[in-house]
Amino acid sequence: MKREIPIVITLVAGLFMLLAWFVPHPTVKAAYEGLQNWAIVVVGFTYVLGVANLLRINTRQVSRKERDWPYKMVLIAGLLVTMVVGFSEGNHYTDVDSRFQWIYRTFYSPMTATMFSLLAFFIASAAFRAFRIRSVEALLLAIAAFILMIGRVPLGAAIHPAIPAAADWLMEIPQNAAKRGILIGAALGVMATGIRVILGLEKTYGGGDS
Amino acid sequence: MSLAALRHLDRRWIFLGVALLVIVPLLFSFHIAPVLPSNRSRGFYDAIEKLPEGSVVLLSGDYDPGTSAENYPMHLAAVRQLMRRNMRIIALALYPAGPPLTDQVLRIAGEEYHKTQGVDYVNLGYKVGNELVMSQMGQSIPNTFPVDNRGVAVNTIPVMKGIQNFQQIRLIVDISAGYPGTKEWVQQVVSRYHVPMVAGVTAVSAPEYYPYLQAGQLHGLLGGMAGAAEYEVLVGAPGLATRGMDAQSLAHVFIAFMIVLGNLAFIAGPKKGNGR
Amino acid sequence: MAAFLLTAVSIFAFPALASAFPLQAGDTPNDGGGSVDVSWTPPDHHPTSWILVRREQGGTFAPVATVDGTDSHYSDDTAQNGTAYEYQLVASPADPSLDSEVSGPAHASVNLFDWSKFNVLVVAGVFFALLFWYIRKSEGGTKWVFRKIPGLDAIEEAVGRATEMGKGVLYVPGVQEIDDIQTIASMILLGRVARIAAKYETALNVPTNSPGVYTVAEEVVKSAYADVGRSDVYKSDQVRYVTSEQFAYVAAVNGMMLRERPAANLLLGAFFAESLLLAETGHAVGAIQIAGTANVHQMPFFVVACDYTLIGEEYFAASALLSNDARLLGSLKATDSVKILMIAIIVLGSILATFGQTWLGDFFSTQ
Repeated sequence: MKREIPIVITLVAGLFMLLAWFVPHPTVKAAYEGLQNWAIVVVGFTYVLGVANLLRINTRQVSRKERDWPYKMVLIAGLLVTMVVGFSEGNHYTDVDSRFQWIYRTFYSPMTATMFSLLAFFIASAAFRAFRIRSVEALLLAIAAFILMIGRVPLGAAIHPAIPAAADWLMEIPQNAAKRGILIGAALGVMATGIRVILGLEKTYGGGDS
Repeated sequence: MSLAALRHLDRRWIFLGVALLVIVPLLFSFHIAPVLPSNRSRGFYDAIEKLPEGSVVLLSGDYDPGTSAENYPMHLAAVRQLMRRNMRIIALALYPAGPPLTDQVLRIAGEEYHKTQGVDYVNLGYKVGNELVMSQMGQSIPNTFPVDNRGVAVNTIPVMKGIQNFQQIRLIVDISAGYPGTKEWVQQVVSRYHVPMVAGVTAVSAPEYYPYLQAGQLHGLLGGMAGAAEYEVLVGAPGLATRGMDAQSLAHVFIAFMIVLGNLAFIAGPKKGNGR
Repeated sequence: MAAFLLTAVSIFAFPALASAFPLQAGDTPNDGGGSVDVSWTPPDHHPTSWILVRREQGGTFAPVATVDGTDSHYSDDTAQNGTAYEYQLVASPADPSLDSEVSGPAHASVNLFDWSKFNVLVVAGVFFALLFWYIRKSEGGTKWVFRKIPGLDAIEEAVGRATEMGKGVLYVPGVQEIDDIQTIASMILLGRVARIAAKYETALNVPTNSPGVYTVAEEVVKSAYADVGRSDVYKSDQVRYVTSEQFAYVAAVNGMMLRERPAANLLLGAFFAESLLLAETGHAVGAIQIAGTANVHQMPFFVVACDYTLIGEEYFAASALLSNDARLLGSLKATDSVKILMIAIIVLGSILATFGQTWLGDFFSTQ
């Protein structure tokens, strides 16, 4: 029963949501939106579980002084301080001079921006290491890459106006066509996976045997 | 060092090269080449420019500090243009860490153009729900956001007067980093309610929106920092993005050079068995 | 006072004077009722704005909304179902010579089916029909042939390699919530990978960036270990929630890679900007990397930086191909068949459109 009940719930809810998309009747629409709201609420509750898991694992590692335990202390302290500061300031947490905003501006903003900026370095090293021109297709790809990289910055137009024009053509025609093909395939894959889950053909995700 | 030996080049040298080519132009502006706006940026600019003054514009800042290098300059330039044109701005964010960035651009541009919060613009803040928020706004914006970012009831805010749903919105300006973002706005709002829309997105995701631009569902598109720089030039307020173009130009040339160098090193070295 | 009374009377009592333009009103199609669409062709001479007024048949006009002088359409969503309304556009500032005609009666009604989505229903119906047909054939014993996908064969190899080296496998299920289909597909694959890891007693670590995904992933891994009779090997720390913040998650996972140096990285799910950060770090620690995503913009990074990449539908087909289950393989054939149909329609539609026949393309339009 433990495995059958989730499958039945998935089937009923999945078929309802599928059919409800086609039916604008207010009662059906209300149920459709209601189910979506429930999903948001359930996901919201899982954050409690997530934070509890985070604290459980890290406090245990700190108490046992496992490897890198000082970093776990920093994580726990950061979590608790931010939560306490945010809750204590209430609606005023959005004020420019609030402590919460100070934490946001001083720690959160620069750290996330820094992680994203690592991409610039990694792209360069990946380009050096992995972009091997071993075939005609790879050569065409490399030529397209050069045109795009130079055409997308002011330098390209300064060298010759045909470069940004060529970059635009590459993006609007061949790139678009290939991408649409991949998207159509992926969309069919999405449909197939969704139907397999709704009909109970795939049970692994729910912890069952398929 | 021979070309073959370059195969084992420590990648930290590559990192150093990128770092220098980005930091030096930011510190000492070279003006390698002027920024020339593309048709996509012009479309974005013109869509706002041709709106009647006093029109209601929905500005969605769907990004967080991670992509602020690309999205923040376009967000700020958009608010500047909207305020210069005296639009009524209803701002919101679908990323939890988005509202402070929206607050910041509204405050900076508001001081420049002497606009007052509540009277000329409002920040409705963040709402969880992704596409569901958009769908609910189609029914009623005040019910979806009963209070603004400061906790003030929206039915007491002058700029929100008469705003019920998308029928009163003349243009959607979406600054987006991914999901939820431009695609969801087009699918949930533009296709249902036919509200004109323009979008500013990260460079890596810009190609995904070309079909929408071609189909007319987007009237303009800014792609990455280059798009932001083009837009800053059109708005007449060159800023962070324009300053970054020199660095980006040199970085792109460097990456192209790395591809060539990597292949030369590969050709010069001993041949392995089948690669991957 | 007299001027005001005259204006009020002219708005609410008398029909529009000469050269009035027509106004069409009708039920808003494909909706749940409560809405009437009013449309018109804006005249050459128009006021700054219009006041849209409405009356029930036999009643008096009352204002409903103010619309811009250049507008040509308004949806009145305050209408009661079944009540007949008549509409008129009144110029503002008042000028009876610019007012529209009174529209014919129109009433809002509930529609039971959204006909604008009929084309989607047709495609879905064809897909369902093919799906059930192929599943029936599979259950009847028909064996299907699929092309080899190198990345799939490499999954078991990768786990085996990790076992031989005495190192672990890192499974990253993407950065989207559990309601995303890519994450669901990742959970399905995780179950299969966990079975292999349990059989070989290979350490399997699954850092998640959403509590919802953590909940499901934990259950999937625990059950997988139990299914192969290796619950004793399962550790509760294998699956953990790291953080929901995208780049903090990347930093944490990169840290795990650099410290624990897994022999195999499986990056299967929805990824965004962090894809190259993960893949490059994984390469730096010498792990074999298999990636799979349907996010088109991240595929190039995975193709360049990983050993094997499952692109788009290969990723969704992976679980069916790994399972070797007849019904799941039948669903793959259905997907392939629909794809062939779509290619045929695209080619035919392009040819027809070239000769000015757009009916096929228009049928499949969703705008």
